[in-house]
Amino acid sequence: MRPDITVVDYGMGNVGSVLRALAESGAAAELSGDPGQIASAVRLILPGVGAFRDGMEELRRRALVEPLRSFAQSGRPFLGICLGMQMMLSASEEFGPVSGLGFIEGTVRAIPNQGANGKPHKVPHVGWNRLIPRNGSAGALLDTIGPDSAGYFVHSYAAVPDSPDHIVADCDYDGCRIAAIIRSGALYGCQFHPEKSGPVGLRILRNFLSLG
Amino acid sequence: MPNIRLIARLDVKGPNLIKGIHLEGVRVLGDPGEYARAYYEQGVDELLYVDAVASLYQRDNLVEIVRRASEDVFVPMTVAGGVRSIGDVEELLRVGADKVAVNTAAVRRPALIEEVARRFGSQCMVLSIEAKRVATDRWEAHVDAGREPTGLEVLDWAKRAIDLGAGEILLTSVDREGTRSGFDCDLVRRVATAVPVPVIASGGMGSLEHLREVVERGRADAVAFADVLHYRRLSLARIRDFALDAGYCVRRHAA
Repeated sequence: MRPDITVVDYGMGNVGSVLRALAESGAAAELSGDPGQIASAVRLILPGVGAFRDGMEELRRRALVEPLRSFAQSGRPFLGICLGMQMMLSASEEFGPVSGLGFIEGTVRAIPNQGANGKPHKVPHVGWNRLIPRNGSAGALLDTIGPDSAGYFVHSYAAVPDSPDHIVADCDYDGCRIAAIIRSGALYGCQFHPEKSGPVGLRILRNFLSLG
Repeated sequence: MPNIRLIARLDVKGPNLIKGIHLEGVRVLGDPGEYARAYYEQGVDELLYVDAVASLYQRDNLVEIVRRASEDVFVPMTVAGGVRSIGDVEELLRVGADKVAVNTAAVRRPALIEEVARRFGSQCMVLSIEAKRVATDRWEAHVDAGREPTGLEVLDWAKRAIDLGAGEILLTSVDREGTRSGFDCDLVRRVATAVPVPVIASGGMGSLEHLREVVERGRADAVAFADVLHYRRLSLARIRDFALDAGYCVRRHAA
């Protein structure tokens, strides 16, 4: 059976957990670091845990940047998770500036170390936080996801798209709005980890599998 | 309004879930997989596995336990016990762990903290501190399930580890662990209000009021408990409802 989803293997992700969650969601998933398989995948997930610079270096070293860009132009569904989502942007300030994949114009910036009330808060932002959709623009990804649904976040940097139109859901960290889901056409990115977000996360993965 | 995480702590020895008092006097409870699955289904925010007596060959056990848990647990898992090298971390992450908590090996060789943080990110590198009160306002970090003093003052050690890249602190009060007499809120407050990273308070939960104390007075960012869950003194639903009523932000469980 042809895999209906390909998870990019570039040495930076919790790929075991992602594959397991996809299997639980009913997917026939494959893990691949092969440029040809990645460029021709039916759907693609770019996972990622770690630093932006390391992530881009690994993609470059494995000759995966061009295959990812050509996939992104194909109009087939793409999901970046955490670091994988951040690398969808043009650049990051983390140990940078460092160039990203450039699917969405914008910059990855450090989470402010204080809340909107001026009081210091903890960074990294670790924990469950409610997903706040912006007027239904998340498409099918958030279908049947209830208003109190939360995702599991763990990050010190956050994606800031140049155009707010690319943010389809936020979370609120002590009054700081952080992009939780970004989108450009069939290209999606989640700052939280759907593979670690319980039944809500599995539902989001199932929704992603229904795209395209 | 504090946003807190409710964490189930699973102490393991060999293939078994155990529970002790002051990290000692161990009682065997059963298969950790069954407990993990039940807590996931009841909406726990995170699982924390601790193998306090992990030696090299016993750690394989822990790897197997995590691998099995990852089959049907889709929330974050932190693993503590016997983590000594980048290779150990890699293996645990590969089978489904999200973070590792390091105590003994970090005390012996603090550079390990930096190595783990650089390779896997700070969010993955949790410093585990087993703290014992040694004077009115002084706590000392211990290793070997709270038996061996290290000479390190808890807050100094936490700050140094954070400088090296630790992204979270697991703070266990050996004095309170397994006693159900409440958290050492002075200890938790001392660390949680002085460091820029999240602090998980562990040791002493016996009632809902204890949760309130450690969040409001201790300022804990996350709370770990074992006894109240394993012995079914409190359900996760009851703890979560209490937290919501108290006005804390906690994840609402959509079954």
